[in-house]
Amino acid sequence: MPLIEFTDKGLYCPQGGFYIDPWRPVDRAIITHAHSDHARAGSGAYLCHRLTVPLLEWRLGVAAEAVQGVEWGEPVFMNGVRVSLHPAGHIIGSSQVRVEYQGEVWVVSGDYKTEDDGISGAFEPIKCQVFVTESTFGLPIYDWKPQPVIFGNIQDWVVGNREQGKASVLIAYSLGKAQRLLSCLEPVTEKIYVHGAVWNIHQALVNAGVALPPVERVMPEMPRELFKGQVVIAPSSAEGSPWIRRFQPFAVGVCSGWMQVRGNVRRRNADAGFALSDHADWKGLLGAIEATGAEKVFVTHGFQATLARYLNERGIAAAEVKTAYGEDEEGGEPTDKEEKEAAHE
Amino acid sequence: MNNNYRGGMRLFAELVVLLGTSTKTNDKLDALATYFASAGDADKVWVIALFSGRKPKRTVNATQLQEWCREATGLPAWLFEECYHTVGDLAETIALLLPQNGDEAETGYSLADYLRQLVQIGKEEEAVKKELVLRCWRQMNKEERFVFNKLITGGFRIGISQKMIVNALGRSAGVDAAIIAHRITGDWDPATTTFSTLLSEEGGGGDLSKPYPFYLAYALEEEPAALGDPAEWQAEWKWDGIRGELICRGGQLFVWSRGEELMTEKFPEYQAWRELLPEGVVLDGEIIGLRAGPGAAESGEGANVVVGQDGNAGVTESDETVGLDFVPLPFAALQTRIGRKNVTKKNLQEVPVGFIAYDLLEYEGQDWRNRSLTERRAQLETIIGSVNHPLLQLSPVIRFRDWEQLAVIRQSSREVGSEGVMLKKKSSVYQVGRKRGDWWKWKIDPLVIDAVMVYAQKGHGRRSNLYTDYTFAVRGGDQLVTFTKAYSGLTDKELAEVDAFVRKNSLEKFGPVRTVKPELVFEIAFEGIAASARHKSGVALRFPRINRWRKDKTPAEIDTIEDLKRMLEVYGK
Ligand SMILES: [Zn+2]
Ligand SMILES: [Zn+2]
Repeated sequence: MPLIEFTDKGLYCPQGGFYIDPWRPVDRAIITHAHSDHARAGSGAYLCHRLTVPLLEWRLGVAAEAVQGVEWGEPVFMNGVRVSLHPAGHIIGSSQVRVEYQGEVWVVSGDYKTEDDGISGAFEPIKCQVFVTESTFGLPIYDWKPQPVIFGNIQDWVVGNREQGKASVLIAYSLGKAQRLLSCLEPVTEKIYVHGAVWNIHQALVNAGVALPPVERVMPEMPRELFKGQVVIAPSSAEGSPWIRRFQPFAVGVCSGWMQVRGNVRRRNADAGFALSDHADWKGLLGAIEATGAEKVFVTHGFQATLARYLNERGIAAAEVKTAYGEDEEGGEPTDKEEKEAAHE
Repeated sequence: MNNNYRGGMRLFAELVVLLGTSTKTNDKLDALATYFASAGDADKVWVIALFSGRKPKRTVNATQLQEWCREATGLPAWLFEECYHTVGDLAETIALLLPQNGDEAETGYSLADYLRQLVQIGKEEEAVKKELVLRCWRQMNKEERFVFNKLITGGFRIGISQKMIVNALGRSAGVDAAIIAHRITGDWDPATTTFSTLLSEEGGGGDLSKPYPFYLAYALEEEPAALGDPAEWQAEWKWDGIRGELICRGGQLFVWSRGEELMTEKFPEYQAWRELLPEGVVLDGEIIGLRAGPGAAESGEGANVVVGQDGNAGVTESDETVGLDFVPLPFAALQTRIGRKNVTKKNLQEVPVGFIAYDLLEYEGQDWRNRSLTERRAQLETIIGSVNHPLLQLSPVIRFRDWEQLAVIRQSSREVGSEGVMLKKKSSVYQVGRKRGDWWKWKIDPLVIDAVMVYAQKGHGRRSNLYTDYTFAVRGGDQLVTFTKAYSGLTDKELAEVDAFVRKNSLEKFGPVRTVKPELVFEIAFEGIAASARHKSGVALRFPRINRWRKDKTPAEIDTIEDLKRMLEVYGK
């Protein structure tokens, strides 16, 4: 019996009796991070990183008693199986799950990135026999520029917009990218305005003790002049909505790994695209996989067939696994229902 | 900003990025004007050339580029292919795959430097070419590489019209846009033309073949009654060929097409008019396959059309028919001629290509564009009449009493082999580019057929992540027969909906193509239909596109292959 099985409810550890990021309700769920395709409501008990707890409570409405928060590296034993969480570098609280039983070690990556973004915790390579990796950006065309370079580009863009009297609206996921952008924007603007969906996440994190630069929520009664030449962070649901019109004149900059390809920038009808991703790029994926020393690699959501084939050709036994993570086969980042709801405020 | 030598290639690459992402015409115009104000002269000449369809000679091909990139990156061929398919553009794929240089790698080479080097290696061995390309790649950042690769592979499509280039140039040079437009047309070589000569009185070519920019019509969106008094308007058929200009100067005859391509060699039959046309004449008209003479009409392929079946729609003069002295051939026929490198005797016999003249731009070496259409037309009739050659025809004027009558006549467009009616104001001068007001095209409604989607494929470029390219089928007995692909026509929202359907309803996948459950019904519109041995259905459509999504119809209600065959009988000849 393998230590972890791939079932129609999610990744299951029969010996420990728990699931990792299940997509159907189960008794016990270990959650890598709070993005909606990895963390779903309805399970009996949840185990996750301490900083993921307030996010699960806020986003899924999970009762506080049902969630157990742990620190990175802190072991939890379930029927003799040793489980510990380790930084994945994806978003705040995101973790890899290390599962050990009778000397056999599996690591489930969840979503991860290998560059330290300064707020999510630096990705920790963990030795294991079997590694379950994501592959959202598993093609060599995805080769991220270092964060300081992209931040520089975003800052130049913001300053340029202000010189033309335009507000800068940055489109970013309300959980993860939005927090990551704050330290980029703080030096070039007095105030950072945020959409309600971003505001809610921000509050949940600040209340849990995370230190973040201050933001201001965009309110319906705010006069339009207030936003002239200012910086706004909003989720993608705000693009092209009536909500965004109050910033007129403004420029839209989309922050997403998909912006690496010109066609996607054009398709989004954005004025600028910044290839800023919370996922590992091709080199990041290969480096992380190699560092685990794993004998067997399972590749989940994204370019799983491509990455698995490439690993096999390089002498690393790999297989693709179908999961319900990611929007579709391209491993789109999660869509957030609440972002859409908050967009119409 | 420091002086104008800020690495010309970098400057150009930045322009391309800006043009690629700006969504508003004004932003594009600004970007171009700023560029023209800061770039080096040699680079400016090249930019004008590139955006007005003058491509540098190809010295390296796409396959070589691909190979060298694979070698430089060590990627297996299949993986390169996958990347290419995801990106949808070879030049960009390579730019993304090459190892990053960091943004500081600025060499200061200009666009003209690179283009000169590319042209120079034309006759060199492959190894020399490879060395140059690899060296250039090393000197460039991602954006520059993209542009450089695009220059090599050809086909810059950045949503810039020549009109926009002309306006931006006009703005930065302080010269009227119409004058600039004329100066930069014609046959000039960006490698040997300087910026100042290009914009000087003589223009870049200063040559005999220099054409005038075309005046283009807008589509009529309202009822023609809105145009006012019908007596002020001249109506003609809208021909389904290629817009062309015929230039007769210095005892030579040149043919330009709308794409600003010199096509003289493609149509040897035109040379017969060199001696017949007066010196210093430029004609605007349609390059089109033609069979001359009313004899054709008698043999059943006739083009004589009765106007006004109700009897009282008759024209005041005695003729009740719109008679043509020639039979235009379908566009598909012309295509067989254009696609060919060498025109054989047999081609000339099978598809003779003629010219239907509708305007006179130059007469006795004088620019006539500022005279009224009435005046130009009168002179044109005299000229064509005196040439008296079966392949050089005058575009007939349709006589009509009022707009209602013209609407009836328009219904017979397809029978005379035209795609609608052109309306030109009699008092109008010949303008530059697409301008509203004096020229309108009033096309007939397209042919339509209801079909079901059976295959889907991801789009390229702008839509490389969505399933946007579909293949459609009609019913043939108890089977589905595919008959066309169609791309455009859906809103972004509908595209997203169809995309989601494709992902959920894939039956199988071969390569990039998904077979989908035949469930979604669409109305496909097209402009023409021709017999085709290459297609399973036996027909090829012209300009097929999705007219609308028939959510109200089930696959059981789609049209049949017999319906298509019937259309072929009626409209395909
Ligand atoms: Zn995630
Ligand atoms: Zn994920």
